[in-house]
Amino acid sequence: MSHSRLFARLLLQQAGVRHCYTGNRKNLYIDKNTKVICQGFTGKQGTFHSQQSLDYGSQLVGGVSPGKGGKTHLGLPVFNSVKEAKDGTGANATVIYVPPPFAAAAIIEAIDAEISLAVCITEGIPQQDMVRVKHKLLRQSKTRLVGPNCPGVINPGECKIGIMPGHIHKKGRIGIVSRSGTLTYEAVHQTTQVGLGQSLCVGIGGDPFNGTNFIDCLEVFLQDPKTEGIILIGEIGGDAEENAAEYLKQHNSGANAKPVVSFIAGLTAPPGRRMGHAGAIIAGGKGGAKEKIAALQSAGVVVSMSPAQLGSTMHKEFEKRKML
Amino acid sequence: MAASMACQAALRGLRAASSKQLLGSRNQLARVSPRRWLNLQEYQSKKLMQDSGVTVQRFFVADTASEALEAAKRLKAKEIVLKAQILAGGRGKGVFDSGLKGGVHLTKDPAVVGELAGKMLGFSLTTKQTPKEGVKVKTVMVAEALDISRETYFAILMDRSCNGPVIVGSPQGGVDIEEVAATTPELIFKEVIDICEGVRDDQALRMAANLGFKGPLERQAADQIKRLYDLFLKVDATQVEVNPLGETPEGQVVCFDAKINFDDNAEFRQKAVFAMDDTAESDPLETEAARYDLKYIGLDGNIACFVNGAGLAMATCDIIDLHGGKPANFLDLGGGVKENQVYAAFKLLTADPKVEAILVNIFGGIVNCAIIANGITKACRELELKVPLVVRLEGTNVQEAKRILSESGLPITSATDLDDAAKKAVAAIGKN
Repeated sequence: MSHSRLFARLLLQQAGVRHCYTGNRKNLYIDKNTKVICQGFTGKQGTFHSQQSLDYGSQLVGGVSPGKGGKTHLGLPVFNSVKEAKDGTGANATVIYVPPPFAAAAIIEAIDAEISLAVCITEGIPQQDMVRVKHKLLRQSKTRLVGPNCPGVINPGECKIGIMPGHIHKKGRIGIVSRSGTLTYEAVHQTTQVGLGQSLCVGIGGDPFNGTNFIDCLEVFLQDPKTEGIILIGEIGGDAEENAAEYLKQHNSGANAKPVVSFIAGLTAPPGRRMGHAGAIIAGGKGGAKEKIAALQSAGVVVSMSPAQLGSTMHKEFEKRKML
Repeated sequence: MAASMACQAALRGLRAASSKQLLGSRNQLARVSPRRWLNLQEYQSKKLMQDSGVTVQRFFVADTASEALEAAKRLKAKEIVLKAQILAGGRGKGVFDSGLKGGVHLTKDPAVVGELAGKMLGFSLTTKQTPKEGVKVKTVMVAEALDISRETYFAILMDRSCNGPVIVGSPQGGVDIEEVAATTPELIFKEVIDICEGVRDDQALRMAANLGFKGPLERQAADQIKRLYDLFLKVDATQVEVNPLGETPEGQVVCFDAKINFDDNAEFRQKAVFAMDDTAESDPLETEAARYDLKYIGLDGNIACFVNGAGLAMATCDIIDLHGGKPANFLDLGGGVKENQVYAAFKLLTADPKVEAILVNIFGGIVNCAIIANGITKACRELELKVPLVVRLEGTNVQEAKRILSESGLPITSATDLDDAAKKAVAAIGKN
């Protein structure tokens, strides 16, 4: 078969496969009605963050800990499996705090149980495992995965799924999507301080193979009337930012374009080194910060050179557009 | 469009491991190759390949000259190649402090192998890619020299755009693959592999044909391709690059060199591979940091960074640079950091003689700021901190942390945000 026909067939296959999964991006928009279960419920991380979640007011309804089904933990029921937990509580979201050797299996269990949203916090899952998870994920449409290696998703004041400090958030107008947890907190802190607040914050995580990318979140933000501005935080490695820039060119231009502010970490990162995140590596001359910044700027994104100016930059954009 | 973009992404991902061919078809001699990062010696990578049934030149390793002589005899080869085993590239043109020139030699005489090995082992080999003082050679590889009649390029990597493994090849082997991609992209061939299916027969044969292997060699090459893929999965590699995948005049398909990049996340189930990690040529601070599970990368500057979260750590280095300073390191403490790690990290940073100021930037989510504060004050007291310390804390338990720091009596400059912290750190250098 000739190369061009081969690539065309490949393209068609990939487009078909993606359409199946991309149809459930709306599952990202958690709210006060979202019912969450916790996988790895009785472990140290699971326990600590579940308590934090309850303190925040999220609807945590139970958890999974194989072998401990029937017991109670933090006043909530424990189940042996995701399916049992979902059937027993009506949960439509799960947060996964399972250690790396078993985390991929935990994600697959959630997909098999057809739970609408799975958020995997775990850092350190082998890449090969995630490639296998993605293979399954992309060929179904019920479950949306966020992460792994991410801080989670939060709709301030309504639902917090993950490890982010709830108290820095404020209900508001900015949608935030980020590959870095702590940089997200910076953006949240700043947007709270300038009075803009956040509509929805999604940490997509620092791994090279993950369940949700920038484009998935951008679509939700662009279609959400409550989200009036968008902050996108990227870093070196891969081409997610370039793809996002392309998407914004097509879907966020003209008079009604929502302001997008961005920061890209790693301008000073040396090539070939993994900078903390498994996905943060400049390999073969590709994935550098400069190129990402240029791509985003060409899509009308305001790129801040300092991570401390995200809030102020967004505020200026709102001022310019008389949105304050 | 997506597929060709993916192809570009795939083959650019290979540049990090590509090597330059300097002399004709005898590529064993001169190779300019960048460092591998999980630090395996050439003989260790080749052993892994052998164990997967991949065809490599027959070889033995030796730690003494007499062992090398014996190995050369045992090989019973028409011609022998003797290669010093160091991680850095440029061995062919390197120089030993014994006076011997060249870290790779060809000879037909085992006695010469023994003699040359005696001038390699225990001596330092200096190349363009080693530090000035060179690297001590502890092991040599004694291998059967094979003629190469044709060189191809072959690699396997996990590609983000394709959501999984891709195999990439070119009949233009032995040269910089980036150049091939730029000048004759039609000579780069790619197959996307379904991780659940593996490499299909038709894919392996098509790649072999595209690489220019004909007749019985086509099937042989296809078989090698499948075995390399099996190895790729077995050792949790993120990339396996064979350059060249060569053809001998006798009709054999041989992997003459391979670079394997390993997934650090898989260490827990790749204990045997990671046990081979040779840190002798690594930055000692990085090796020490790894002992405490700290993600530390040494850089060239004089402002040490102490940060939680990889993105924030990268951003901290960026912002120091933005304000005219030079970061001395990248350091991500991680989420579940314990007090003893904080102490160890601080000790590490202050041990670096280049460091003239320390910038602590912590936004606590999981990380409890008070733990950081306790770790810092303890470290400062015990290590008798001599350089300026700028601290910016925010997040969980920050008030308690600030109290601990201010009551410590230590000379700590506080900062409100990242811009403020970076400016103060840069200014602190000026004052010294």
